[in-house]
Amino acid sequence: MSSFIDKVLGRNRRSASLAKERLKLVLIHDRTDLSPGSLDLLKDELIAVISRYIDIDPQGVRIGMEHEGREQRLIADIPVRPASRRRR
Amino acid sequence: MAKVATITSGKGGVGKTTSTANLAVALAALGNKVVCIDADVGLRNLDVILGLENRIVYDLVDIIEGRCRLRQAMIRDKRLPELFLIPAAQTRDKSAVSPSDMVRLCEELRPDFDWIVVDSPAGIERGFRNAVAPADLVIVVTNPEISAVRDADRIIGIIEAEEKGPAQLIINRLKPELVRRGDMLSTEDVLELLAIKLLGVVPEDEKVLMGGNRGAPVAMDERSQAGQAFRDIARRLQGEDVPFMDVMNQGGLLVKLSRFLRSGGG
Repeated sequence: MSSFIDKVLGRNRRSASLAKERLKLVLIHDRTDLSPGSLDLLKDELIAVISRYIDIDPQGVRIGMEHEGREQRLIADIPVRPASRRRR
Repeated sequence: MAKVATITSGKGGVGKTTSTANLAVALAALGNKVVCIDADVGLRNLDVILGLENRIVYDLVDIIEGRCRLRQAMIRDKRLPELFLIPAAQTRDKSAVSPSDMVRLCEELRPDFDWIVVDSPAGIERGFRNAVAPADLVIVVTNPEISAVRDADRIIGIIEAEEKGPAQLIINRLKPELVRRGDMLSTEDVLELLAIKLLGVVPEDEKVLMGGNRGAPVAMDERSQAGQAFRDIARRLQGEDVPFMDVMNQGGLLVKLSRFLRSGGG
């Protein structure tokens, strides 16, 4: 049982892979000077702006940073509702 | 005309001074005329690592403030007559030197040397800016360790912003045994995170400490693994295409044998 809990909490993972994963996240925010909190704010505002023009599914919006080499990219995945459904 | 290479890291204690001393020694042993400059004003150390501490009369700040001529402050290494050191001042602080002072000093040295190797202090403040100002090439030293890699990434970003990039990387003090059991970031992990060009990987080697104790950098020691890694890096700096040494499979016959037996002979 305890080994199951360990696994769930990630305690069984080797420390290097944890370090790498933690670094990946930290570096994204270090490089862009964008805290996880401001990313959430950005997401809310983005949803508000886009919703003024097109009907989207706010629950399905995914936004995050990706990197290619040392280049950072802000990726937003915004599901659009089909126009037919908009007629109520 | 000399090329100026600045060694920096962000975090302290990762091996900047050791790397500077060893690269300078290795470049000089390859027949280059080399001068290294300790830009860590107030925390002088390159002199002791090189074993030249007893021969200091004048220092970097004396040159800049006009108390001596450039040549008077340059200490010639008797073991490698093509190697010189300009020591940092010990009783002053980093504000005694400006980035333009460093640029001017290196311009004066360039015609007489093949390489100028600058040892940067830790941090991202004045001392670091002084060290990077004259650089043609910035070399970032890191350890396969979470805080050192994070700081290296910061430094790499600043170097890019200052248009001194792209920086190149030395991974220092890698412990193959820890990497093998998954408890230390591997070379590949660090390269994936930092995404810059690798100059070399220096394995952990107690001979580095012993070399420091003696004032004889390991690059002088033919049998030292770390020394070999630094010699390889020096040749890469000269533009040679040197294959990367397989740090994960180094060690004497006994080490290899015990590893073989432990792995069940498979």
